Amino acid sequence: MTAPLAGEAMVPGDEAGVAAVVRAAYAAAEPLLVLGNGTKRGILRPVQAARVLSVGGLTGITLYSPQELVLSARAGTSVAELNAAVAAKGQQITGEIPDFSRLLGGTAPQTLGGAVAANLSGPRRVAWGATRDHLLGVRAVNGTGEVIRSGGRVLKNVTGLDLCKLLAGSHGTLAVLTEITLKVLPAPERRATLVVRGLDPVKGVAALSAALGSPYGVSAAAYVPAAFSLRVPGLHGASALVRLEDFATFVAYRSERLRAELAPFGQVDVLDDATTQEAWAALRDAAPLVDEPGAIWRVSVRPSAGPRVAAVLERMFDACWFLDWGGGLVWIAGPATEDAHDAVCTAAREAGGSWTLMRAPKALRASVEVIPPEPAPLAAIARRVKAAFDPRGILNPGRMRAGE
Amino acid sequence: MITQLPPRQNVLARRDAIVAGLRHLLPPDGVIAETLRLKPYETDGLTAYRQVPLAVVLPETTAQVAAVMAFLHREGVRVVPRGAGTSLSGGALPMEDSVVLGLMRLNRILDIDYADRLAVVQAGVTNIGITQAVQGRGFFYAPDPSSQLACMIGGNVAMNSGGAHCLRYGVTANNLLGLKIVTVEGEVLELGGAYLDAAGYDWLGLLTGSEGQLAIVTEVTVRILRSPEGSRAMLAAFRSNEVAGACVASIIASGIIPVALEFMDRPAIHACEAFAHAGYPLDAEAMLIIEVEGSTAEQDELLGRIRAICARHDPISLKVSSSAEESAAIWKGRKGAFGAIGRISPDYLCMDGVIPTSRLADVLGRIREMSAAAGLQVANIFHAGDGNLHPLIMFDANNPDSLGRAERLGAEILTLCVEVGGCLTGEHGVGAEKRELMGVQFTAGELDQQRRIKSAFDPGWLLNPSKVFPLQAAPA
Repeated sequence: MTAPLAGEAMVPGDEAGVAAVVRAAYAAAEPLLVLGNGTKRGILRPVQAARVLSVGGLTGITLYSPQELVLSARAGTSVAELNAAVAAKGQQITGEIPDFSRLLGGTAPQTLGGAVAANLSGPRRVAWGATRDHLLGVRAVNGTGEVIRSGGRVLKNVTGLDLCKLLAGSHGTLAVLTEITLKVLPAPERRATLVVRGLDPVKGVAALSAALGSPYGVSAAAYVPAAFSLRVPGLHGASALVRLEDFATFVAYRSERLRAELAPFGQVDVLDDATTQEAWAALRDAAPLVDEPGAIWRVSVRPSAGPRVAAVLERMFDACWFLDWGGGLVWIAGPATEDAHDAVCTAAREAGGSWTLMRAPKALRASVEVIPPEPAPLAAIARRVKAAFDPRGILNPGRMRAGE
Repeated sequence: MITQLPPRQNVLARRDAIVAGLRHLLPPDGVIAETLRLKPYETDGLTAYRQVPLAVVLPETTAQVAAVMAFLHREGVRVVPRGAGTSLSGGALPMEDSVVLGLMRLNRILDIDYADRLAVVQAGVTNIGITQAVQGRGFFYAPDPSSQLACMIGGNVAMNSGGAHCLRYGVTANNLLGLKIVTVEGEVLELGGAYLDAAGYDWLGLLTGSEGQLAIVTEVTVRILRSPEGSRAMLAAFRSNEVAGACVASIIASGIIPVALEFMDRPAIHACEAFAHAGYPLDAEAMLIIEVEGSTAEQDELLGRIRAICARHDPISLKVSSSAEESAAIWKGRKGAFGAIGRISPDYLCMDGVIPTSRLADVLGRIREMSAAAGLQVANIFHAGDGNLHPLIMFDANNPDSLGRAERLGAEILTLCVEVGGCLTGEHGVGAEKRELMGVQFTAGELDQQRRIKSAFDPGWLLNPSKVFPLQAAPA
C-alpha cells in the first residue's frame, strides 16, 4: 500500500546533513515530507510536499550500556537491529514496538525514529507504559534547522520542559528526530499465556480486568472474538488471554494462582513460551485484521467501554475487531467510507476516548479527521506550539490535521 | 541568595483593587491579604528563600480557579501555583507582585474505578491520600516521593515527582492518564482521560514536570495498581563506594530489577544510625538497601540471587530481613534521613542531580574533594538503580557566608553531574534554585526553544515567574 520512496528523497548521512536540508527548506519556505523508511506513511493524513527528507541514512547504535539499562541509536537505525542487539544481552525494548509491515504493506525495515515519532506501543503498554514512557532523550532538528536536545542518557530527568514526550507521537511535525535514547529492561526468562475460552466480550473484559487487578504482574491482556481467533497462534473460539513474563519459577507459580482466580469465568488453558511469543506478536501487529479489506482504526477508551464500542460498530457496519490493552484498545476494520469513519469517531467520542485512522485510501485520509479535533483554546495553543518549533510550517504539513 | 524579577510597580500600586476583585470571585475565607496571614506562604520546602506574596487565593473548584485566572490575566498579575508547599527547589516561591494560587482546598477524590484501574482526584489530594483511598481493595498509587504524607498530586504533576520505587514503577508521568487544566486565560481543558495514549500532541506528557509554567492543574486521572503479594528488604555493606557501585551494576546486569535500590555513603550511614538506631554498620564506607516484591518464595529466590551477587563484592555484612518488621527496621534509617541530617546540622540543602550509574564511585570521590575544599559536610543518599543522587549539604543559615558556600558547592556538584553525562535534577525540579544553572545543561538555542513553548501557553509570562528559566533573558 505504501509506495517505494520517491527517487528525489534526500537521505543525509548525519545530523549536520539533516540540519542543512531543513535550513535550506526553511529559507525557501518549502515543505518537506519527513520520514525514516516511510513504512508508516499510510497512517494518518497524506502530506503534500515537494521534497522528501529521510533520516534512513542516520544509522547505528551510539551507546548501549546494559548494566545501566540505556540504549542510544541514530533515528534511522532499524527496530529489528535494536531488538537483536538488546536480545543478545538478555534485554528488551519495553514498549514492544509493533511491526505494521503487513498492515500497511511494504517490506522496508521500520526505523527507531519512525516508531518513536508515531509513539507506537504493543500489548505490554497496558502494564509497562508506552514507547514514550521509556524515552530518555532525543536529539532533533527543529523547523528552522536548529539542533535541539531534550532529556539525556540517565534514567531520571526533570530538567526543563519534557520535549521527549511532546516529540514522541508528533509524527515529524515539530522536529526531525536524529538520535534517540531509550530505557531498556531485562527480557523475561519465561513467558506463558492463560486463555479463558468461550466468553462474550463483556465477560471477557471482566476476566482481563480481574487478571490485571491481580498481584501477579500480568504484562498484556487481550480479547479476540471467535471469528478471528484462528488468526492468532494458540487460539480457537472467543478468547480472553493474559500474558505472564518473569523468571521461570515465578511464571509457573503465577500461572497456577491466576488460573485459580480466573476459573470462575470459564475454562482456562495455558499456552507455552513459544506459542505465547507467536500469539502476542500477532496481536501486536494486528494480525487478526490485516487481511481484511477497507479501512482500519485504533480506538482507545477505558477498558470496560471497549466491548460497547465494538458492539456499536458491529451494528453500524459489520465491523471486524479485537481488543488489546485489557479491553481499552479497540482494533477495528470496516469499509473505507466517511460514514464508517464517522461511526468510529462517534463511538469513540461517546465512550470518552480517542481514535486514530491507521489505514485507508489516500482520498479518505485526506478528507476526514484522522485523530480527534481539539477544542478551540487547545487548538490555538497547538498552533502556537507548532510555530514555536516550525515557524514556516515546513515539517510534514497536514500530517495530523488539515491545514496544519 | 536568590534574585527575582523586579516586581511590577503598576501591580503593587493596584493591590487593593486586585484583592477586592478576587474577593468577588471566591468565598469570604478564600482570599488572604493580611500581612501576618500571608507569612506562611512566603516559602516552601526550600526555606532558605522567602518572599511574602501580594495575596493568596484558595479556590475550592475548577470553576473558581478559572474565574481567578481570567481575572488575574486581565489585570496582568503574576500567579504562583502551590500545592502543599513541599518543593525542595523553590517551585512555589512567591514574588512580591504575585498572587499565590493554593490548590489545597481542591481535596476531593472524585472517582475510583477498580475494574479500569484508575482514580480521578482533585489537585489538592495528597499523594498518600490516593493510596489510602484504594489500599482497602489491595491497590496503590505508585510514585512515592519522600514527602508523600504532605505533598499533593497537583504538585507531583507539576514536578513529575519520583520516589524510591521508580526504578520499577516509573515517575509521575508514567502513572497518569489525564489532567484537567486551567489556562492562563482561564479556559478549562481536559488532556487525555480515562484511557491510554490520546492521539495528537502529548499535552499530558508536556504538562507533567512543567513546574507551573504552562497551566494550572486542577484534576488528575491516575493509574492505580494492584499491590504485590509482599515485599522484603535486605541490607548490604561494603568497603568502598567503588565496590558498592560495582555491586549495583552486577545486580542490574543479572536481569533483576529490584523495586528499590538505595545507596548511602559513610556520612549518611552515620547520621541515620545516630538518629534511628536501625543497626546500620558503622564500619562501612557504603551501604545498599535493596527491596524486592512478590510471594514469599519469590522474595526468597530474588534475595538469594542478590545475596550471591553481593557476596562476590567482598561485603562487610549482609542482612536479609525475614519479616515485614525487619524490613521496616532496615528502611527506618533511610526514611528518617532528612531528620537525621537536621539533627547534626542546623540547615542543609538537598541536591537532586542524576548521573550515569557507571560514574557513581568517581562522582562520589569528587564530591568528597569539593566538600573538603568548601569546608562543608556532605552526606550522600542515592537512588542507585536510576543514578539519582541526593547530596545533603550541611550549612548554617544564620551565617550568610556558610549559605553562600553551600549554594556554590551545590552548583559545583550539579555541574559535575552534567559533565559526566547526567542532569541537574531527577525529581525535585529546577524551580528557583537551579534556574541559573540551566545554561550548564542546555544551549542558548535549546533554552529559547523551551521559552517559545512557554510563550505558546503563557504569552505574557504570568505563570510561576522567576522559575526554571535563567532570569537574564526572560521577558520582564
